[in-house]
Amino acid sequence: MQVHEWHHERMNQPSDSGSLGKVLVVDDDAALSEMLGIVLRQEGFSAEFCADGSLALDRFRAVQPDIVLLDVMLPGMNGIEICRAIRKESGVPIVMLTARSDTVDVVVGLESGADDYVVKPFKPRELIARLRARVRRGDDEAAQPLAIGDLRIDVSGHKVARNGELLSLTPLEFDLLVCLARKPGHVFTREALLHDVWGYQHAADTRLVNVHVQRLRSKVETDPERPEYVLTVRGIGYKAGPA
Amino acid sequence: MTAILQAWHRFTAALSRADGPFRWIRRGWRSSLLLRITTITLGSSLIVLTVLGVTLLSKVTTGLMGAKEDTSISEASAGLIEAQRVIEAAEASPTAPSPARLVDAIVAGLGSQGGSPTQFDILLLAAQPGQSLPERGTNLVSTSSIDAEFRLALIADRSQLWTYGPIRYINGVSVPGLIVGAPLDIPSLGDYNLYYLFPLTQEQQTLDLVRGAVLLTGALLLVLLTLIARLVTRLVVNPVREAARTAALLAEGQLSERMTVRGEDELAQLATTFNDMASSLQQQIKQLEELSRVQQRFVADVSHELRTPLTTIRMAADLMFERRVEFDAATSRAAELLQNQLDRFEELLVDLLEISRFDAGAAVLDVEACDVNALVARAVEQARPLAIRIDTSLDFIESPVSAVVAADSRRINRVVRNLLDNAIEHSDGKGVVVTVGADNDAVAITVRDFGLGLRPGESGLVFNRFWRADPARARTTGGTGLGLSIAYEDARLHGGWLEAWGEPGQGSNFRLTLPREVRGTLVESPLPLVPENFEVMESVDPSAVRLDAIPGPASRGFQLPPRSRRS
Repeated sequence: MQVHEWHHERMNQPSDSGSLGKVLVVDDDAALSEMLGIVLRQEGFSAEFCADGSLALDRFRAVQPDIVLLDVMLPGMNGIEICRAIRKESGVPIVMLTARSDTVDVVVGLESGADDYVVKPFKPRELIARLRARVRRGDDEAAQPLAIGDLRIDVSGHKVARNGELLSLTPLEFDLLVCLARKPGHVFTREALLHDVWGYQHAADTRLVNVHVQRLRSKVETDPERPEYVLTVRGIGYKAGPA
Repeated sequence: MTAILQAWHRFTAALSRADGPFRWIRRGWRSSLLLRITTITLGSSLIVLTVLGVTLLSKVTTGLMGAKEDTSISEASAGLIEAQRVIEAAEASPTAPSPARLVDAIVAGLGSQGGSPTQFDILLLAAQPGQSLPERGTNLVSTSSIDAEFRLALIADRSQLWTYGPIRYINGVSVPGLIVGAPLDIPSLGDYNLYYLFPLTQEQQTLDLVRGAVLLTGALLLVLLTLIARLVTRLVVNPVREAARTAALLAEGQLSERMTVRGEDELAQLATTFNDMASSLQQQIKQLEELSRVQQRFVADVSHELRTPLTTIRMAADLMFERRVEFDAATSRAAELLQNQLDRFEELLVDLLEISRFDAGAAVLDVEACDVNALVARAVEQARPLAIRIDTSLDFIESPVSAVVAADSRRINRVVRNLLDNAIEHSDGKGVVVTVGADNDAVAITVRDFGLGLRPGESGLVFNRFWRADPARARTTGGTGLGLSIAYEDARLHGGWLEAWGEPGQGSNFRLTLPREVRGTLVESPLPLVPENFEVMESVDPSAVRLDAIPGPASRGFQLPPRSRRS
């Protein structure tokens, strides 16, 4: 059993409630919600709650959270539908809580627009790492604009344009693109991307990368079937084009 | 008849051993009942019709010729008496005619009775050739019609004789005929022979007609019989063929396929019984599917229901664990134990759910191109901390050729890590060697340790759920006891093999063989299961016997047959 020293240090710091961001927890299990609240506040997040799926969207609009923690199985409206509804109006980071790691469940969740998922039962530090990776934004160094072919990336302004036309990316898709564009031609393994973009410390589900690369391609590529900017390197991973 | 049977046996023997030009005939013969029955009918009808035809023709011929012989002989006898009367009259006459005139008179007298057209011709010849006696004949008939043999027989016998033979004419025409000869004594001249020659043109025509009719009828009958046999066989074979086709469709999984039932005969019974069987099969499969669906649903529900409170417990335990320095010694230790056992509980839950997913046939492959060399290298590095803790060496020999396979890398990674953890745990500090090998069709990974090894028979048990080599052995890694079972199922899902070999005190070797393409055919593994420096034991090692012939999930062998699981 490893001892989580970093966790310990953080706990001794004065809890600056909400400094890291506002988390909306959508979960019908009262005990889990309360426990999540305790852990989140301890780690410097502020937490808001919603126990009913059908009220989640209203609650989301009212709270305007920095990140959404969403249970897949909910009474009223399930997490997948909520995720789709939120995605229609916002690119806010969404992390799914799921009880099943079955391919179908996870892939459907990710395809509905979730950025990441955590399988129950999870360790608190895993969850916090995921959340941190998603709200880490803004602390980007004063960045140079980047380019892949005709794609112009304004890193500090969080904007991407293809031939002058502005593209709408979620923060995660933006991070993924920036990560690839920073080292043009460099081949990133899926594991490396999981580390750099999602903040995973250990090997994790590489389907996460596959799904989001597809989503990214559907937005930046003129023909997602024949990508020009985000290229697959068979058997290894991905790189920023052109080759 | 025996000759025919022998010929038939020779023919069928030639067919059955033939591997050259007869092959396609043989294949058709063996595979088509219709062809077989049609051919047999054709053959036997041919024999029966030939026998019948020959008998019929010989009967007709005998009858026809018998009648002709009777009339001809009596005609000839009457002619002979008439000739003798003419001779006696001539002898008695005061003015004896010249020999030529006498002979002329006899032949003309007899010949005039032949009617018109003449029923017969007549030859009056000297019994001994070479004598200068007058000889006469009617209607250009040639003396060459009578052969020497018949003439000599008449001389010797001195009575009426008859024979069949061609009647020749001076103008070269020749017709089949019946020749009746008798000695005729003309006292003033010498010994003569009187021949009656009856042309058989009429009878020949009749016989030709009958033969033609018999042949035509026979041929028609043969064709008809063959067609009838074909038709009848079709009537029987078609429902059987339909049954075969329907059974094949059922086997493919089209469970709603049924045979059409016509009438109430045996074939209709076959169809009805067949359909009943199909319905019962369909119902049972439906029930099983329903059961499996309920089971999967249950597992999913249990999973969710169990995991949510477990998450809360986990977080609470974590929180207490982080603060254990603030607690008294007993509570602090309790927090540690809680944390450790929660880890174990979670692992067990995850493994159990994975196993139940395999059992429900709900496990799905997420196939991609996967570099086994790189994957194993990563797994080895991840296992190194454990190896260092146990103080055992961990070596990796990668494949010199490309080891890319189409596989679910998450599952293959899990198999390799399981094998590594297992080998390190049982290595006794004597080292572990991981090897990757590849050929055109397959990629193999072997994980060899030099620890306690396996006792005879144990290599068949290691993949059993919760099986432990020695229950008394201390656990180092705290595995769930399901790792190798899951690895086995993962290999099976890929159509690969997972096998184990071991010798007491010599260590063990686990080999995973994956086809280059998922569910590709595996013939052999690029790496040996029994280590090469171990040939001595190979032939006598009872634990390395392949167990794939033993049926049933309860006796799962360590050899994984490359059969795909229906899911």
